[in-house]
Amino acid sequence: MSDLNEPTPDSTTDPSPQGRATGAFGLPRLNIADRYSKAPLWVRMPIVLIGISFAFYLPFLNILPFAYIRTDLTSGGSDWGGVLFLIVIYMIVAIGLNVVIGLAGLLDLGYIGFYAIGAYSVALFGSPSSPVTEMIADKFGLSEGWAVPFVACVPIAIALALASGVLLGAPTLRLRGDYLAIVTMGFGEIIRILSRNVTSVTNGSAGIIGVPSPPEPSENFFSAIETAHWYWLALSVLILLIFLTRRLEDSRVGRAWLAIREDEDAAAVMGVNAFKFKLWAFAIGAALGATAGLLFASKQAYVEPTGFALNLSFLFVAMVVIGGSGNMVGAMLGAFLITYLPERFREFQDWRPFAFGVAMVAVMVLRPQGLIPSRRRAREFADRKNEAEEAAADA
Amino acid sequence: MDFNALIDGLGGHTLDGLTRGSIYALVALGYTMVYGVLRLINFAHSEVFMVGTWTVLGVYTVLGADSESAMPMVIFATLTALVAAALASASVALAVERIAYRPLRKKNAPPLIFLITAIGCSLVLVEIFGHVLKVFFGAPFGRAPVNVPSPIQTHTLLTIGDVRITNVQVFIILGAVLMMVALDLFVNRSRLGRGVRAVAQDPDTAALMGVNQDRVIMLVFILGGAMAGVAGLLFTINFDITKFDIGFIIGIKAFTAAVLGGIGNLRGALVGGLLLGIVEVYASAVFSSNWADVTAFIVLVLVLMFRPTGLLGESLGKARA
Amino acid sequence: MPEQTMESPTPEAGTVGDALLVVDDVTLRFGGVVALNEVAFEIRRGEILGLIGPNGAGKTTCFNVMTGVYTPTSGEIRFDGTRISGGKPHRINALGIARTFQNIRLFPEMTAMENVMVGADARHKTSVPGALFRLARVRPKPHELPDNQIKAGFAKVFGISRHALEERAGRRKSMEMLRFVGIADRAHELARNLPYGYQRRLEIARALATEPKLLCLDEPAAGFNPAEKADLMNLIRKIRDRGLTVLLIEHDMKLVMGVTDRLVVLEFGQKIAEGVPAEVARNPKVIAAYLGEPDDAAQA
Ligand SMILES: Nc1ncnc2c1ncn2[C@@H]1O[C@H](COP(=O)(O)OP(=O)(O)OP(=O)(O)O)[C@@H](O)[C@H]1O
Ligand SMILES: [Mg+2]
Repeated sequence: MSDLNEPTPDSTTDPSPQGRATGAFGLPRLNIADRYSKAPLWVRMPIVLIGISFAFYLPFLNILPFAYIRTDLTSGGSDWGGVLFLIVIYMIVAIGLNVVIGLAGLLDLGYIGFYAIGAYSVALFGSPSSPVTEMIADKFGLSEGWAVPFVACVPIAIALALASGVLLGAPTLRLRGDYLAIVTMGFGEIIRILSRNVTSVTNGSAGIIGVPSPPEPSENFFSAIETAHWYWLALSVLILLIFLTRRLEDSRVGRAWLAIREDEDAAAVMGVNAFKFKLWAFAIGAALGATAGLLFASKQAYVEPTGFALNLSFLFVAMVVIGGSGNMVGAMLGAFLITYLPERFREFQDWRPFAFGVAMVAVMVLRPQGLIPSRRRAREFADRKNEAEEAAADA
Repeated sequence: MDFNALIDGLGGHTLDGLTRGSIYALVALGYTMVYGVLRLINFAHSEVFMVGTWTVLGVYTVLGADSESAMPMVIFATLTALVAAALASASVALAVERIAYRPLRKKNAPPLIFLITAIGCSLVLVEIFGHVLKVFFGAPFGRAPVNVPSPIQTHTLLTIGDVRITNVQVFIILGAVLMMVALDLFVNRSRLGRGVRAVAQDPDTAALMGVNQDRVIMLVFILGGAMAGVAGLLFTINFDITKFDIGFIIGIKAFTAAVLGGIGNLRGALVGGLLLGIVEVYASAVFSSNWADVTAFIVLVLVLMFRPTGLLGESLGKARA
Repeated sequence: MPEQTMESPTPEAGTVGDALLVVDDVTLRFGGVVALNEVAFEIRRGEILGLIGPNGAGKTTCFNVMTGVYTPTSGEIRFDGTRISGGKPHRINALGIARTFQNIRLFPEMTAMENVMVGADARHKTSVPGALFRLARVRPKPHELPDNQIKAGFAKVFGISRHALEERAGRRKSMEMLRFVGIADRAHELARNLPYGYQRRLEIARALATEPKLLCLDEPAAGFNPAEKADLMNLIRKIRDRGLTVLLIEHDMKLVMGVTDRLVVLEFGQKIAEGVPAEVARNPKVIAAYLGEPDDAAQA
């Protein structure tokens, strides 16, 4: 799935510099990731573009044998566009959580809370039948059926997520890792319980219908049937977010996060304001989670509390870690596997959670660093390149 | 909000809270001991508890014990269930440690990896009872809740004011406290217990002094597992029910209790468990049972805010920086 | 760092400048243990001050209170006239104190270059939104222009984002620091894969990149052979010649005598002597403190 923005790094690449020439079975190693990151811009650009085009084309994928990846080959299968949409939503979740866990090293077990905040913000403000819009309409004498338009709901959702990220983080980020884990877990639960119990605001377990869709370019563009359109929307958002997150990673912010993750005390003594950067990681993660939740709710056109159970938080963490914590591509791969495989093998529905559990243990025990360990090597090469350029300039 | 409801039934609510809290505390011990020695949240511990409840059901079924059974049978069935649950839970805990954690320890994996592995183990165990066993044996396995009728009949032992104390409540609270006292004595007095404390304080020095770290770790999983098994029995006696995913919510409560008291601290688990049980029952009375969990978490956050290492501080051996 | 103008220190022993850092009757207790007991001394601008004493004397603890890791139980520390005791570590660093650690504490999963960049970032001002959107433009000075002609032309007309500017400057500075300590050849290796001697030097480079006025070195020569120690002595002198003040904890007496201008001696958390090396070496208390150790060992 990493074909969205760059080719899949060869996960069999040995990170040690020794075994570079030959790989398994004495075959020459491809070192795709290394070659890619060393390649000049005019090589990388087309690759990225082809990858993106392919990702946009996926809903129509019909060429055998590739079409076997579709999930709707049997009558009981799930709608392919819908599955693609969900995969991309969870990829957004994964890159957001990767900022918090993989980069800043903060164990957040309540990420579902931010996802729920995003979903509920768009529902509460955007649905004409939500208690919140009804109250606002009443108070200001607005017409029946008035609601905040979707486009305005997006900044509201993001602002609420940022605020809740800061509100949760400010008092708790001073706690040590394991304590942070349980406090965030509590936060995730509290959000769900609030959405269930505060009936006067959220309609409780009845949920809210009429969650708005994005403005439609044509009639029924974003309808329940046209899942491919939703997928394209989510994919575009994902690409934008990947681009922005990369920028953070490749700046002093990303370095500060890594330093904090590696050794917080040493980082502080080296002038890193650890608390500030941790809070930012939390807030940015929250905003990304909320974006995913908001897209999800908008496509469902309906939100209700049971969609935000705590197990999803664990699932999210599993995505990040199985793919390779600290590595955005790895996290997205994890999201892909965890979303796609169960949908593809629906025939074995009842066995899915069991198989998932076994796979989780097996992957972790056999490959604790995750499927695609991290971008360290790519970084190393980027560094080398910049350095070579500067050395040439100095001479 | 209804404070009158709380004040009126204060005695009864407190007793309910202590009963519930005792079960939390027993499960919390497992989290706390493993954390104390390995600095690791063993998220699979909740399922160790779950296995205990199913074992109890199995023992009752095999012995044919039910609410009609005569007194000697009741005692025999309960004691057998106690031993069997403790053994089964301890074995599962040990299996998790051997299959999942030990290989990771050898690779010196970061804590996050242990966590995900634990979640995976949890899922496997849950699914074994929720699906795999059902495929082979059918009911009662599967995803539906199962009745576990305790042969012990509830009756009022004595009444103080308008507080009625039942035999079940006394059995649970006493049972839990006795188990914990025994464990505390074991860890603080025995030779093996000294090894546990030594590893908790300083694994490297302990290893230099000839303490076999792997043995200590196994011991800790066995002890914690056995406590969870006993908790499984007490739980079924109180609630007469089990389910394939029953461990999840109890596990979270117990872990909260452990953190509340100061994770790594045996007595902290007791204090945290009882306090959490009481807070939940009080909150149910004042607000409604819907708010019990929220209140419990808020109390936890408040405690951590002012005492970042829990009420009694962390220490299986002594406090660490 | 280079633009700092200070009265140029003379390389001879006993250089007198005004006090850069004042440790004023600092006491630190850990429960019953008194790790520092009314310790008072000052570090003068431009000198190399040695902090010595037997194991467990409180030297590292002294560093820890100076860099904000611990807050003293009583007493205070002033740096350049500002009270720093009890302050946050990153603020103290911003004022101009940097340190290395006795037990090396690099960021193991980052390259040597990145380790130093973290230090250099301490002086950078790019905000998180700034790094994200890169909108704020600054006008580069001539020497900050990109080398590529076309890019330079753009930068002249439209300015350049602060992020890009600082990133370039940071990379240059980091590379210079790596060269300065002599480990530039392995700049792009992960810190954890570097040999021990490189790791020690990398810690110095990282600290230097934060542009401190005072550099505190905690046993930088531990585990070095004589040749490496000689190199390190030269490096410390070079650092001082750049206008920095150096505080050095070191057990190797030859190195200490060779490089420091003055010495402060701690024992059991108390200062027992202070002065120029030759004088301190003759101080009976100091001799007793050092010779006392074998005595204890004999009794035990
Ligand atoms: N966090 C702490 N908690 C309790 N005691 C501490 C702590 N840090 C240091 N100490 C104690 O303070 C005393 C001074 O320790 P310190 O590390 O400063 O010695 P040192 O002079 O650096 O010794 P060395 O030459 O071995 O590095 C020691 O007795 C030590 O046990
Ligand atoms: Mg020291």
